[in-house]
Amino acid sequence: MAGPAPINIDVNGCNIEVLRQGSGTPLLFLHGAGGLKGWAPFLEELSQKFDVIAPSHPGFGRSDTPDWLDNLPDLAFFYCDFLEQLDLKDIHLVGHSMGGWLSAELAVMGTGRFQTLTVVSAAGLRVVGVPMGDIFMWSAEDRARKMVFDPEEGERRANEVLSDEEADIALKNMFTSSKLCWSPRFHNPDLEKRMHRIKIPTMIMWGEHDPIFPAPDYPNVWNEAIAGSELRIFSECAHSPQNERTADFLAGIDAITQGAAK
Amino acid sequence: MKFFFFHLMPYGAVDLDAITDNSWIVFPNKHYDPKEGHKLYNRYLDELEYADQLGFDGVCVNEHHQTAYGMMPQPSVLAGALARRTENAKICVLGRALPLTSNPLGIAEEYAMIDNVTGGRLIAGFVRGIGCEYHAMMVNPGESLSRFHEAHDLIMEAWTKEGPFPFDGKYYRFQYVNLWPRPYQQPHPPVWIPSQGSSETMLWASHPDRKYVYLLTFSPTASVTKHLNTYAQQCEKYGYECKPSQLGWALPCYVAETDEIAMKEAGQHIENFFNKFLISPMQYKLPPGYSSMASYKIVVDSKYKARESYLSLESLMENGMFLCGSPETVAAKLEEHQSKMGFGNLVTMLQFGTLPHDLTKKNLQMFAEEVMPKLRHIGEGDGAAAAAE
Repeated sequence: MAGPAPINIDVNGCNIEVLRQGSGTPLLFLHGAGGLKGWAPFLEELSQKFDVIAPSHPGFGRSDTPDWLDNLPDLAFFYCDFLEQLDLKDIHLVGHSMGGWLSAELAVMGTGRFQTLTVVSAAGLRVVGVPMGDIFMWSAEDRARKMVFDPEEGERRANEVLSDEEADIALKNMFTSSKLCWSPRFHNPDLEKRMHRIKIPTMIMWGEHDPIFPAPDYPNVWNEAIAGSELRIFSECAHSPQNERTADFLAGIDAITQGAAK
Repeated sequence: MKFFFFHLMPYGAVDLDAITDNSWIVFPNKHYDPKEGHKLYNRYLDELEYADQLGFDGVCVNEHHQTAYGMMPQPSVLAGALARRTENAKICVLGRALPLTSNPLGIAEEYAMIDNVTGGRLIAGFVRGIGCEYHAMMVNPGESLSRFHEAHDLIMEAWTKEGPFPFDGKYYRFQYVNLWPRPYQQPHPPVWIPSQGSSETMLWASHPDRKYVYLLTFSPTASVTKHLNTYAQQCEKYGYECKPSQLGWALPCYVAETDEIAMKEAGQHIENFFNKFLISPMQYKLPPGYSSMASYKIVVDSKYKARESYLSLESLMENGMFLCGSPETVAAKLEEHQSKMGFGNLVTMLQFGTLPHDLTKKNLQMFAEEVMPKLRHIGEGDGAAAAAE
């Protein structure tokens, strides 16, 4: 896939791989449990307007797996250091799935570095009485099928033959996701106590057919927890609006970033 | 040779047609009828007590959760029941799954109580639990190995160090470790480590600080031989000799008057065991992080890709995962295997799957009276490592 050459950034001895392209206001994209799948078309589009920074988290992709990585808040503190080191400010923060959870953990910390928040099909909060889908109980093929709404695309992904390196990375991503998200499953019970601290303009985007965090209950909880947030739920979309409904996703980013533009 | 009777206590009354591809974790518990369960628990305890009367050296229970495969989520309850109803047999819990509990001191207490009640007949098994348990109990599989080691250290310190003392681990922290009761056997009960051959477990269990009994469970004879030999060699590398008493082999067995009768009587029940009670999708058995990534890939390639088809009686007998035949056949095979594997403990599962009570009793009796006497003299003394030469 075309895109910027990966760069490596060392933060306190932890080396991570980062894709970065574009100029202007920084936009930090935090990937989900499946890892950063290269330079996707939505990142290319975003890089026309923003300085897009898309790291592979510690424990994912070709980034180091540090000994200190025990839980998701550990990752959030890592990114505090990362943003300090790169001295990024007025950031548009965008997180997908587990990365949405990570972005909320960052947003409640009060770093003052973020100008907007966008969470997409986000983990992090649990709705009592509405069970999440359990990716750890699905076979790899079923997981691939469920993640997208379009059955043909799901079938293509389920039958995709990975190179040895891609297979190793997929396994590494799965191992780290499990370590960070196994229990409590894909959420942090403490996060909901802190959500009121998110006071920046926030966009919530979700697939109507999300197989893990069902709509409307899960996005509604985010919408209610963040004062003044805007919620957009897309039809014919499962777990990846940025890929399945790229134009609508980009419109959502436009809306929240232009509304916030200084 | 020491002989042990291992019961899994399967829920044998299950509707087998209800098990298509899974009997674990989410196999609905509407398929469990407590009235049948009541009968089965008492029947199975009778069988374990009978083994004591027949002269088995030990009776064994173990731990599995949320499955028709075994009805012993809390094995110490049954070990407690056996403690007062057996006379001579060791009571082996093979074992408690240490990482699954948030307080391993509970296990140290339980085991110490059984050891006190029985006056030192406890054999303490420590396991991690199979992958399915991590889904059922929501314990992080990525912490399985490190929790196992830390829980083990805590239990051993609780058993052997004078209390009260503090314990500062990563997962378990206590101000006052001060175990009441202390174990009857001093410095501590014998420890057995059931395993399917992971190299990490082998290195750890054979270490001179531990010298635990290594029990290879439910594997084809080729891999049992390989792993037990490797274990004995590892002991040698550590600078001590592995005696047969430090090695064990666990497998299902069935003995009857002739080979033909044995196969006829056991066939359907052992096929049910392997193809119904044991069955679950790969991702249930192998949650990410339960093993290292390298081991994960090896297991996926060797076990799951290779073993997707129905396991027949014939194939199970051929690869040695099931030992079945007349007393002469079974004794001869065991003697041959022992000479290659070097074990001094044989852990026989003489009830499996749907095998009914009458056949289980007959199997126990024939094994005790017609197989055990033929083999008592082997696997004693020194020289387990010789088999590995």
